[in-house]
Amino acid sequence: MRDFVYERPQTMAQALTLLTAGDAKVLAGGTDLIAQMREGRRSAGCLVDVKGIGELTRISMLPEGGVAIGAAASAAAVSRSAIAANYPAVAQSARLIGGVQVQNRASLGGNICNGAPSADGVPALVCHAAEARIAGSAGTRQVPLEEIFVGPGKIAIEASELLVSIVLPPPPARSAVAYLRFTPRREMDIAIAGAGTYIRLDQRGVIAEARVALASVAPTPMRAPLAEQRLVGERPTLALLEEVGRRAAHEARPISDTRGSADYRRSLVAVLTMRALGDCCGQLGIDVEATSK
Amino acid sequence: MKTLITCTVNGEERTALADTRDTLLELLRDRLGLTGAKEGCGNGNCGTCTVLVDGAAVCSCLMLAQEAPGHAIVTIEGLAKGGALHPIQQAIVEIGGTQCGFCTPGIVLSAKALLDANGLPTDAEIRHAIAGNLCRCTGYGKIVEAIHSAAATLGGR
Repeated sequence: MRDFVYERPQTMAQALTLLTAGDAKVLAGGTDLIAQMREGRRSAGCLVDVKGIGELTRISMLPEGGVAIGAAASAAAVSRSAIAANYPAVAQSARLIGGVQVQNRASLGGNICNGAPSADGVPALVCHAAEARIAGSAGTRQVPLEEIFVGPGKIAIEASELLVSIVLPPPPARSAVAYLRFTPRREMDIAIAGAGTYIRLDQRGVIAEARVALASVAPTPMRAPLAEQRLVGERPTLALLEEVGRRAAHEARPISDTRGSADYRRSLVAVLTMRALGDCCGQLGIDVEATSK
Repeated sequence: MKTLITCTVNGEERTALADTRDTLLELLRDRLGLTGAKEGCGNGNCGTCTVLVDGAAVCSCLMLAQEAPGHAIVTIEGLAKGGALHPIQQAIVEIGGTQCGFCTPGIVLSAKALLDANGLPTDAEIRHAIAGNLCRCTGYGKIVEAIHSAAATLGGR
C-alpha cells in the first residue's frame, strides 16, 4: 500500500481544501476503503477522515419537518436513532449492511458513494424521495439521491466534493415505505435482488403516489416507472400487487453472475416488489390478502 | 512514515510508534504485542479481529491505527480480572463453545458488546450479534448456549 497522510479536519471548509488539493479520498467508516486500499484496488496520497465534522455525523430533525442524516453517521447510529419512528424502512435497511462490527463503522454515505448496485441502504432512501446534499468549493448543491448513480462504482460526485448529508422530506400522511431483499444466507450477504416500495393513499384509499426502487438488478439502483404508474389511481388488491411485481420484473435489467442468473433475479423482483407493497399496505392497515377472496 | 499513536487499551494509556498505514489490528498485534485479536480475512467478513471501541464491536482490520486516539479499546486480553476469566470466557470453556479457538476472542467480544447492552438476549439476538463472527469448527449451537449461560451468570442485567 502506498503511504498516505491521514487528516482529520474539524470543519467542512478544511475538508474541502484537502479534497480540492487532489489525490485525496474521503474516509468515513472505512469498511470498504481500507480493505480496498490494502488489496491495492484503490490508492490515495491523503485520507480525509470526516468523522470529526459535526454536520457529517449528526442525524438532525429539520425545522421544516424531515431529517438530515449526516453522510458519515454509522449504520448503527442510523438504525438506533429516533428516525426509526418516521422512517422505519431506513432504520431496518441500515441493519442489513454487513454484520454488527461493520454496522458500527460503515456509514450510510459510504454505502451510497461506493456506487454499488446492491447497496441495501439506498432503495428505502429513494422511496422516501431522499436528496443528496453535496458540498464543493463553489458551494452546496442538493440533488435527488437517485440521480447521483451513474454505473457500478461510479457516482456523479466529484473527487473534490463531499457528500454532506441525506435529506429526507417528512413522510406524507397515509404513506408507507418497505424494503425487502433476498440473500441465500440470513446475514452477512450481498442481495441477489432487492425491492423498495412507497405508496401514498388519498382520503378514499386510492393510491395517489408510488415509487418502486430496485437493487442489484441493473448497473445502478433503479426506479421502475411503469410499475409505479400502474399503481397510481388504483385501490391496492392482491391481483394489482402481483401485476405490478411482474411489471417491475420486466423493467429490471439484471445480469447473470455467480450470485444468480438474470432470470432468477427477475423472478425475485416480481416477488419482492409484491411483498414490499403488501408490507406497505399492512403498515397502512389494509389486508390485501382479503381482496383476493 | 512512522507516527506516534496514543490511545487507551484495556484501561491503560498506551503509546506506540506505528506506521501511518497500520490498521488498528496491526497496532495491537505488532506494536503492542496483544495477539488475541487475529487476522482472518482482512476485509471485514470473518470477525476474528473483533475488538471493542468505546464499547462497540468493530473489525480492527478495517480501522486505521491513526483513528484510535481518543477512543477506549478493549481486546480479549482486557477481559480476565485478577486471573479469573470473564463469565463469557468461563461459559465458553465449560460448555465447549470453542475448538481451534481462532474465532473465540472475537466471539467473546461480540458477546460482551451484546450483553452489555442487552442482559437477557433471545436466541435470535445472539445469532444476530455474532453473525459477523465466522466459526468453521463448531457450528454455533454451543457458542449460543454459552452466551445464554453467561447472561444468566451475569444476572440478566
